[in-house]
Amino acid sequence: MSFYNLILIALRALQRNKLRAFLTMLGIIMGVASVIAMVAIGQGSKQSIHDSLSNMGSNMITVMPASNLNGGVKISGSSFQTLTSKDIVALKRDAQYITDVSPSVTAKGQAINGAMNWPTSMQGVDPAYLDIRKLTLKDGIAFTEQDVQTSAKVCLIGQTVIDNLFPNTNPIGKVIRFGNIPFQIIGILNPKGQNAFGQDQDDILIAPYTTVQKRILATIYYQNIYASAANEQVTDAAVTEMTNILRTSHRLTASEDNDFQVRTQAELINTLSSTSSLLTVLLTVIAGISLVIGGIGIMNIMYVSVTERTREIGLRMSIGARGKDILLQFLAEAVLISITGGVIGVCLGIISCRLVTLILSWPTIISQSSVVLSFVVCALTGIFFGYYPAQKASRLDPIEALRYE
Amino acid sequence: MSKRILEIRELKREFVMGVETVRALKGISFTVEAGEFVTIMGSSGSGKTTLLNILGCLDKPSIGDYLLDGVDIKKLSRDELAQLRNHKIGFVFQAYNLLPRTTALENVELPLLYNKEISSEERKKRAINALEAVKLADRHDHTPSQLSGGQQQRVAIARALVNEPVMILADEATGNLDSRTSYEIMALMQELNRTQGKTIVFVTHEPDIASFSSRTILLRDGIIQKDTPNENIRSAREVLDNLPVTDDY
Repeated sequence: MSFYNLILIALRALQRNKLRAFLTMLGIIMGVASVIAMVAIGQGSKQSIHDSLSNMGSNMITVMPASNLNGGVKISGSSFQTLTSKDIVALKRDAQYITDVSPSVTAKGQAINGAMNWPTSMQGVDPAYLDIRKLTLKDGIAFTEQDVQTSAKVCLIGQTVIDNLFPNTNPIGKVIRFGNIPFQIIGILNPKGQNAFGQDQDDILIAPYTTVQKRILATIYYQNIYASAANEQVTDAAVTEMTNILRTSHRLTASEDNDFQVRTQAELINTLSSTSSLLTVLLTVIAGISLVIGGIGIMNIMYVSVTERTREIGLRMSIGARGKDILLQFLAEAVLISITGGVIGVCLGIISCRLVTLILSWPTIISQSSVVLSFVVCALTGIFFGYYPAQKASRLDPIEALRYE
Repeated sequence: MSKRILEIRELKREFVMGVETVRALKGISFTVEAGEFVTIMGSSGSGKTTLLNILGCLDKPSIGDYLLDGVDIKKLSRDELAQLRNHKIGFVFQAYNLLPRTTALENVELPLLYNKEISSEERKKRAINALEAVKLADRHDHTPSQLSGGQQQRVAIARALVNEPVMILADEATGNLDSRTSYEIMALMQELNRTQGKTIVFVTHEPDIASFSSRTILLRDGIIQKDTPNENIRSAREVLDNLPVTDDY
């Protein structure tokens, strides 16, 4: 029996029972479609998290005060006052792997423009902060080193604050009050939208750190230090270097714990990536199970079909089909069902991804590997689950099969 | 000198059922020459079905020889037997055994699908010719459920003819048909036998049907009781013509 005849025989047999073939296929269709859709959604969310973190500056390093033992009681890091201008000086002088460094202090308060007011926060930073965070200006100019030295009452304004305080006017050159201090607006930040955690990054005022420290908070400490590594590859080296410099600067002995924490975005990226990898694995497993169930469906139907078609098998054998021909026929039927189901499933998977993106605006990435893999798995499913029923059919005795009622 | 199609020598077939041995065929010998129309008769339990299975190469004798067209089937494997059936035997069954929801043409093509040497054009051509030979040229696309019993049996005969076998083996081929349709089938068989020289072995238990053949072998209890040439062969065509025309049903 030639290959062409084999396919013809299997196709004609399937054609005789189209509805059954389709229902058998349905399990595979759903399995493959869900594998593709779920992997695509998993990959998409992973990518979007990665993208939004890269946009924040993936070589950004953050230093914050750490919780430390204080008479046996651990205290929240933010209430610690360990980061000072000495640290900035030391970092600027000694660190080789970092390009920019900026202190950061944040004050919460009400921003007021005439009759309008808006609760927001003012972040006091060095001009280098804009590079570290990859912030850009839509209009106006940034403040300078000069402004830092004079604690100038100037600020940059985020889009959300503009929307609430300057609905219809250009805020450049206008003065707003924050913490009873008048600030002149010299620049408008380009909107960054929400970050990966849903915080509005445009609800902000940015001023020289000296201004916020002296005029609003009256403190000499920093809440954070931001730095950027020369590139992402040296981030780890930069962290080690900064840790050592800060330990020296804080005069910590070898037995003392760090009174600060150094965090990189890479850590965050890894954490989030591994979370969403876990999600992808989970979704894949669920989808894989549905593919196996589809396979069991094939086996079920093929078994029933062998019993139901016993006389047909007897006839085929009596007119010259060898056991091998019968085996191949049933195997071909199973594989045709699973492959056709696979093709439809791939299409359905891609369509549903598009729909998810369109309707729910979830990002989806259809990876070629998931398409190829689910297709191969599906063909193997057909062979694996089709084999036993096919073998049963091929071993029938033609005499008994012909007389089977 | 005509060709010898079947040669059976001292053929025995025994089945072991638990501790008992059932001797279905107890040593039978006969030969069939090309162009003969042989009926094998016998009541149930006479070994008729066992002999039919062996003649059809579905089963092998326990002892004795069976040569089909000069091939000793004893030496053949299961697969080789299948091949032999494909090339040399055309089966016609009592229950037609057509594939459901499959057109007449595709049903007739079926044996040729298991023969590699036949191209798809050749297959189609032969199937059309076979359907013409059974006078169903206008029923190519009909499925079994759209055909009468007699027509279905004729499709089955076309299927038996399509591989150009050396022998047509019919198993109670008229058993499911009324007498008029039976005569039609027998007339077709006689025509195939006379005009195309087909060798036919027809297993039946109806003496009426046997009277259309050229020779009758009567089996009883696993041996041949009688093997007689038919002196007075009836023509099924004439019987059919002489049937009263009824339109009762």
